[in-house]
Amino acid sequence: MGAPLRRRQLAAPFPVLRFAPAIAIAVLALPVIGGLAGTFLPAFGYLPALGGESLSLEPFQIVLAQPGLLRSCGIALAAGVVTAAVSTVLVALFVGGWSQTRTFRFIQSLVSPLLAVPHAAAAFGLAFMIAPSGFLARLVSPWATGWDRPPDWLIVNDSLGLSLMLGLIVKEVPFLLLMTLAALPQVRLAASTRLSASLGYGRVSGFLFTTWPAIYRQIRLAVFAVIAFASSAVDVAVILGPTTPSALPVRLVQWMNDPELTSRFMASAGAVLQLGITLAALLVWLLLERIGRMAVMHFCGEGRRFGTDRAIRHVALTSVVLTALIVFGGLAVLALWSVSGLWQFPNVLPDTLTLRGWMRSMPQIAGPLWTTVTVGFASTALSALIVIGSLAREGQVRRAGNRWALFFLYLPLLVPQAGFVFGLKLFLTHGGVGATWMALVLVHMVFVLPYVFLSLAAPWRAFDPRYEAIAAGLGKGPWATLLAIRLPMLSRAILVACAVGFAVSVGQYLPTVLIGAGRLVTITTEAVALGSGGNRRVVGIYAFLQMLLPFLGFAFAALVPALLFRNRRAMKVA
Amino acid sequence: MKRLSAALAALALSTTLAVAAEPDPSDWTAVLGDARGETVYWNAWGGSQSINAYIDWVGGELQERFGVKLVHVKIDDTANAVATVVTEKAAGKDEDGTIDLIWINGENFASMKRQGLLFGPDWAQQLPNWRYVDVENQPTITTDFTIPTDGMESPWGMAKLVFFYDSARTDAGDLPDSADELLAWSKDNRGRFSYPQPPDFIGSSFLKQILSEKIADPAKLLKPVEADEFAELSKPLFDYLDELHPNLWRSAKAFPKDYPSMSQLLADGELDITFAFNPAEASSAIANDLLPDTVRSFTFSGGTLSNTHFVAIPYNAAAKAGALVTANFLLSPEAQARKQDPQIWGDPTVLAMDRLDDADRARFASLDLGIATLRPDELGPALPEPHPSWMSMVEEEWARRYGVAN
Repeated sequence: MGAPLRRRQLAAPFPVLRFAPAIAIAVLALPVIGGLAGTFLPAFGYLPALGGESLSLEPFQIVLAQPGLLRSCGIALAAGVVTAAVSTVLVALFVGGWSQTRTFRFIQSLVSPLLAVPHAAAAFGLAFMIAPSGFLARLVSPWATGWDRPPDWLIVNDSLGLSLMLGLIVKEVPFLLLMTLAALPQVRLAASTRLSASLGYGRVSGFLFTTWPAIYRQIRLAVFAVIAFASSAVDVAVILGPTTPSALPVRLVQWMNDPELTSRFMASAGAVLQLGITLAALLVWLLLERIGRMAVMHFCGEGRRFGTDRAIRHVALTSVVLTALIVFGGLAVLALWSVSGLWQFPNVLPDTLTLRGWMRSMPQIAGPLWTTVTVGFASTALSALIVIGSLAREGQVRRAGNRWALFFLYLPLLVPQAGFVFGLKLFLTHGGVGATWMALVLVHMVFVLPYVFLSLAAPWRAFDPRYEAIAAGLGKGPWATLLAIRLPMLSRAILVACAVGFAVSVGQYLPTVLIGAGRLVTITTEAVALGSGGNRRVVGIYAFLQMLLPFLGFAFAALVPALLFRNRRAMKVA
Repeated sequence: MKRLSAALAALALSTTLAVAAEPDPSDWTAVLGDARGETVYWNAWGGSQSINAYIDWVGGELQERFGVKLVHVKIDDTANAVATVVTEKAAGKDEDGTIDLIWINGENFASMKRQGLLFGPDWAQQLPNWRYVDVENQPTITTDFTIPTDGMESPWGMAKLVFFYDSARTDAGDLPDSADELLAWSKDNRGRFSYPQPPDFIGSSFLKQILSEKIADPAKLLKPVEADEFAELSKPLFDYLDELHPNLWRSAKAFPKDYPSMSQLLADGELDITFAFNPAEASSAIANDLLPDTVRSFTFSGGTLSNTHFVAIPYNAAAKAGALVTANFLLSPEAQARKQDPQIWGDPTVLAMDRLDDADRARFASLDLGIATLRPDELGPALPEPHPSWMSMVEEEWARRYGVAN
């Protein structure tokens, strides 16, 4: 790089920051490892506080004897593998078929905001669209279908978990798409496309043969995180998943919430089983990766060019657009329900509009809203401090985080929440810590910190070091340089990272349910608790707030730098 | 980890207040004094927005009048609150427990009473507002699912199983008048009936209604049931369900979550007959735009289940005085009249009208019970609740048979 000399000159150390990376790793790894220990020991019967002094397999025997367990596990496994496969293939085909086009840029801006929509809100929106009494059926009834009443079709909560999978896919596609976009600059996409096109390959096949392998290597951990999440998601499964029996994660939470002493052993064993299911899903994925690679190699080796791929390109485009439209449509319907009076099937619009639902819910919203916002702010602010400290330290020692650092970052995203949050709760309970605000903040940080880091690392590392060199040359110390030069110039990136972190905190369901224990409730836990069935107006209100909060966060992140730099032309967004 | 927990423990400790001695409900002034400044954690089912809003109103009044802070801990199954107290007792946490008040009745009350987990006995009768309670005419106020309450729970509301239908779609003449007629009706109207998935309270109550009608000797229901005779005695119920299920909504592959979900499905036209444990539920839902104003109520002429629901205080509650003040306020004519208003909730009162003074009687008389609410003399006979042991066994057997995919 040729920078060592210059860097060394300004590398007067920040002694305080020496511990920042260690703190980051502690925040990420300790709860996960401690939580896993707190899950595994009781799973094998060891929990002295409750009289479990010796190891035994009894908790597993109890779990395995639960009726319908095999089916619950099967749904969780399928949800992990199938949704990841569909989403990955869709994203690959879409990027291959449409990158560097205007359509692509348009879709990209359409899909990106989906990332900020909490899973539960998206799932509710989906349910309001696809249910037999949902908006889509109303649109075509009775004039096209003849239905003056909804058909008795099992769509939401179907036994195979298809709605559940759809609910996961609509959130995975934007996530993987954005991860892919982040990886694109590091491959020579334009050159490869030109080359493969000149050799007669179609857009999609040219992309899959030349560029995709390099991109996939970079987004692989993100795909693993998707599988881990999908195989263990609780909130989406509560809203859209089957109930006779429920998917394993849902039953797991029922066991965990059963405060009977003996249930703790059983719930722990169930959590270990969940870890096993997620691991199995990952193993199946590794197999699918091989099959996929062999298929690509096979077609590539045969010299097949797939010159005409119009059909597949349009299928990919339509699917991606549909995932976005169905969620946005669902959210709009949700918002409409929150202000609707009586709204019977097959009416497309409510008979009357009323603010009564909002008026009645307002007093009850205040508490959860306060918890949501304060916990979100605190966990995001603390995470941002640690991340900035770690990155500053990294710049100072001139060494980017190694593979281990990346592993720790992804650890809380790869280990299913149900697998360690319950153990963590046992630890906290037996350490005398109940449902306190601080405990909730700390647990949220485990999930907020990785996202803040992943969002901020790239712009931080791309920052031109010459600004700091000049400051140092003018006699400024490292702190002054950091506070007066780097942080202000990176304020946009930092605020966006914070908005991402805030959105993650707002969306947390399981950790909030378990650590909050019903005393600390957030908009998300209230939405899921009140919403899985009952009053659509209430669901509408809570889900609307759930998506509003992250959007406010991003709006804030866009607005503040604009105000801050209103008279700094070079700091405007290009 | 240890250091972290220790630090967190210290933090938690610093926010905990010292506990006062046991309050004595006969010295009400002292109770009011102790209660001021206390926080009452009330674990109550949180699945209905109307009920949550009512509890929220109670909280505001308590704060204003008595300086008691009320926190509604929303739970989806009261059994979980019971288990929390069981756990605390096992862990030796005999004071400063996490629950101060529980919305309860039936097998949960029986279980807590049996295990010595309740504050009392005899506090309920000493509440100042007890003098209004209709003890003479409502036997279920002192006998909860065949178990004497012994003043360990204070009545809050009356419940009776009532069915609803939309008169714009269904002709009143076609409505079933018994469990058997309901089965026949379901064959003619496939997919138009369902019940909340047990162990939802209302879903389990529906099972008990069928059991009460179908069992050969109803007297058996009033006594504890033994595991070895259960299969034989409950056979008529499960034979009935086996026949009913193929005709249910979604062919019984999915169930509504609770009774508010069923109201939504009635509004959507997915279900034709729904039910709730509150005679005013339909009127309340109409008043809140949840149901069309053509919905009406009916019951079975042979009788439907009825009971009373209560609030109880765990033996280790941290804020017993505050809990007593809350229970007493819930019995006040003002709170009871508001509760009975279908615009608010519509839950029938436990008070006797002839015990109230004129002003309070007028509060109740002026209530518009709503177009869809049956008059008391139209509600039909009241069937007694079975002994609590039945409920747990029925729920277990149900989960084994129908809770897993078929």
